[in-house]
Amino acid sequence: MSFNWSKFSAPLAFYPVAGKMIPWFSVAAALTIAAGLYVGLLIAPTDFQQGDSYRIIFVHVPAAWMSMFLYVVMAVWAGVGMGLNARLSFMMAQAIAPTGAMFTFLALLTGAMWGKPTWGAWWVWDARLTSELILLFQYAGVMLLRTSIDDMRRADRASGVCALVGVVNIPIIYYSVQWWNTLHQGASVSMTAAPKMATLMLVAMLLMTFGFWMYSIAVVLGRVRCVILERENLLAWNKPSPAPEVAEAQS
Amino acid sequence: MSRPGLWDAVRGVVRRDLMLAMRRPSDVAMSVFFLVIVASLFPLGVGPEPAVLKTIAAGVLWVAALLACLLSLGRVFTADYLDGVLEQMVLIAQPLPVLVVGKVFAHWVVSGLPVVVLSPFLGLQFGLDGEALWTLVLSLLLGTPTLSMIGAIGAALVLGVRGSGLLVALLVLPLYVPVLIFGAGAVTGSMAGVGGEANLSLLGACLVLSLFFAPWATAAGLRIALE
Repeated sequence: MSFNWSKFSAPLAFYPVAGKMIPWFSVAAALTIAAGLYVGLLIAPTDFQQGDSYRIIFVHVPAAWMSMFLYVVMAVWAGVGMGLNARLSFMMAQAIAPTGAMFTFLALLTGAMWGKPTWGAWWVWDARLTSELILLFQYAGVMLLRTSIDDMRRADRASGVCALVGVVNIPIIYYSVQWWNTLHQGASVSMTAAPKMATLMLVAMLLMTFGFWMYSIAVVLGRVRCVILERENLLAWNKPSPAPEVAEAQS
Repeated sequence: MSRPGLWDAVRGVVRRDLMLAMRRPSDVAMSVFFLVIVASLFPLGVGPEPAVLKTIAAGVLWVAALLACLLSLGRVFTADYLDGVLEQMVLIAQPLPVLVVGKVFAHWVVSGLPVVVLSPFLGLQFGLDGEALWTLVLSLLLGTPTLSMIGAIGAALVLGVRGSGLLVALLVLPLYVPVLIFGAGAVTGSMAGVGGEANLSLLGACLVLSLFFAPWATAAGLRIALE
């Protein structure tokens, strides 16, 4: 039995599939975020240095991971779109950008809220913070470039090139805590080393990350459905109105 | 007549752009005066204490150079886009990224080189001396071509787009940040006595990377703009 994946690269074929997937991802997001918040806020032990203020990392770290991850996913979709000349890929890139920007902003905001009691400052000009701020500007640039170009095909490609060029910043953000001597602490979780935090904290953080991931998929699918409706002229009020003489004859 | 080679094509692009710039010297003068005025505003705003000026010198001069480069980005491709020369450049048999390098080099000679030449005088205004002054010149010499290379990507992407002046700033300025940090860091380092070599090497690395990658991205942007 063969299954034709490329069938779903047509926006009209993908539209109902996306609609069917949204509830599953939404439920998964709600359950894992609720579990993550429960473990993180109520069960995980209090930090002996920072007290309870450390608990914001259960939002901060997953949000920061998602901000970088979503940028790469957006750039990959844009690259696939340019390589395969696929409309739906550009629509996916378009749909991902606002969610990525939201997570970038959330990471910066929660970082500032954590920095005030811990470092004594809302903001420091640290390599990690600065490069994350630049990521926010890049999301803004990609989205604004798209909206400033009227021709849809050109808007897709130009913002795609812009997104691909900006990928340079992702490794800079990731390695900024190693390359520069910064105030921001090193990586919280490593694939290779044993975790430096209590197991419950790690569990809460991974649950939250998974939850944010599922949330992103659900929201992006919802948004891509709107984009498909908008761009494929499927909205009822986008349909051409009948010619004046027809309307006259009907009345 | 034999077909012109790659080198002839690049030389032709550079010569043409430089000649066009020489015919309209006011364009060059504008970005130079802009740089001088912006750099002169800071001592007036911050106050003339030599100690303060010396600490902000590197950052202010680098930001001024960066803004001067940004303002001149509109000139790289716009005129050629409007009169159809760019279309011919895309169509001819020579590879577009190589021609882009020629255009960006001409742009750097017109807008970046004057900044480098002028920088020691501006540095003197801010009380820089000796080694720091030379580090400033060297850092700008390595950094301004990178600014032109990165800026060309943005300039190509916003060709003919409404509000392109502001948009190109938004696209390009985030990418300028590393160059700014390394450039100003080199000058500050040499003033602090630790030397600017490390930051200058990083600037050189940025230049090599942008020389390699930016022409491809710019060429892609130009092809998209001309579709």
